[in-house]
Amino acid sequence: MQTRLTINGQEHALEVAPATLLVELLRDTLGLTGTHIGCDTSQCGACNVLIDGVAVKSCTLLAVQADGKAVTTIEGLAPTDAGVEELHPMQAAFREHHGLQCGFCTPGMVMAGLEIVRRRGHDLDAATIAHDLEGNLCRCTGYVNIIKAIEAGAKAMGSKAGATTNA
Amino acid sequence: MRDFDYARPASLADAAAAFAGGGEAAFIAGGHTLLPAIKSRLRMPDTLVDLAAIPGLAGVALEGDTLWIGAMTTHASVSTDATVTSAIPALARLAAGIGDQQVRNRGTLGGVIANNDPAADYPSAVLALDAVVETDRGTHSADDYFQGMFSTALEDGEIIRRVGFKVPLAAAYAKFRHPASRYAIVGVFVARYASGVRVAVTGAGPGVFRWAEAEAALTASFTAAAVAGLSLDPADLNTDIHAGAEYRAHIASVMLAKAISEA
Ligand SMILES: Cc1cc2nc3c(=O)[nH]c(=O)nc-3n(C[C@H](O)[C@H](O)[C@H](O)COP(=O)(O)OP(=O)(O)OC[C@H]3O[C@@H](n4cnc5c(N)ncnc54)[C@H](O)[C@@H]3O)c2cc1C
Ligand code: FES
Ligand code: FES
Repeated sequence: MQTRLTINGQEHALEVAPATLLVELLRDTLGLTGTHIGCDTSQCGACNVLIDGVAVKSCTLLAVQADGKAVTTIEGLAPTDAGVEELHPMQAAFREHHGLQCGFCTPGMVMAGLEIVRRRGHDLDAATIAHDLEGNLCRCTGYVNIIKAIEAGAKAMGSKAGATTNA
Repeated sequence: MRDFDYARPASLADAAAAFAGGGEAAFIAGGHTLLPAIKSRLRMPDTLVDLAAIPGLAGVALEGDTLWIGAMTTHASVSTDATVTSAIPALARLAAGIGDQQVRNRGTLGGVIANNDPAADYPSAVLALDAVVETDRGTHSADDYFQGMFSTALEDGEIIRRVGFKVPLAAAYAKFRHPASRYAIVGVFVARYASGVRVAVTGAGPGVFRWAEAEAALTASFTAAAVAGLSLDPADLNTDIHAGAEYRAHIASVMLAKAISEA
């Protein structure tokens, strides 16, 4: 089926078999392997991506259901200007606060962090973040540093937005 | 997954036609029940008919003493909708407790009600709030709609358009949830009307049901004391890997008291 998607800002017109999950299209067809598959039960959140800015589990969405929409994956967060090596503030916060060990859950955690910022703004407390991460599983960290990272990432996004309001 | 055809009709009539001509067909709303079922080969449809492009199936409207919620309204929208929050706050809180945020961003009221999972949350609200389920073919009252595990009054190919909840004087939902899936191990929805109190229990039995003794006692006196000592018969309740029937009976009494205190 003919499907049009904007993925990380780039338009794609693709012939997609209806039974293709969005995560399969991203990983297998487009080579965007930053989005992970951690379960078969829609519970782990490793596959989280943004659809029109809203976080969803790409393992539980058909690619054809995203027709006409804008998909953002972990690969699309950092600025892509040539020569610039800069992470998105939420990614940078995960690095700074050791919000990962093996890193398998991290792309989904970063997307969940952005979802929390979208709904609740930049000033978050640990209990709120812990509650809102209930759809994301991490087998390594014990969550403490993930929560710290999201709290800091949210703040950094706030000050960055403040500093570049005209951008 | 085994391949299937996919249609995204723009009207209810076209959806009904696509379903009728689709062999073993299924409607898809949020897909958060259906896609896991297809992945695990519990369902093997020939055709999926997506309801997402049909106008008018999502949204909230208060008409007189009925709060209408469209079938395609997501749990996330219900949980934050200003009209829902002011008319029936218990319903917004119920929606906020379904699954996790990513599930709530996709899952819909219509999908839950059509599926009628015995551990789903919304069926308790539909039953306790004396709702009417409006479809492309007519209406079903809540008391006739739920017909036991995964079974409803819907005919093959019938499409839910919206659900009309009767606005209560007070209501609350208390859920003892499964820690991983967050489905209800036991959930109790209590709604108080001038005409009496309605109590619906989900998760505990093979399907959602009304708790007649609790309703009678609470209609006489809307206090936790009025139902102290009241208990469901474990013989009617589920035993599974999550909880035994006697445990569920106990938790139902605890959730009932909690709901009364919050209503
Ligand atoms: C990880 C996870 C946790 C969850 N936790 C909970 C929980 O705590 N509590 C809870 O209640 N639910 C829970 N759910 C289920 C969730 O609420 C689903 O969204 C819901 O069960 C189905 O809604 P859907 O829109 O995704 O429906 P779909 O999966 O798209 O459809 C489900 C069924 O309903 C039919 N259908 C859909 N819409 C209509 C319509 N308008 N008319 C007629 N038939 C229709 C479909 O054909 C299908 O048979 C969870 C799901 C997941 C994946
Ligand atoms: S892979 Fe999508 S939730 Fe686990
Ligand atoms: S860092 Fe290994 S699963 Fe989270």
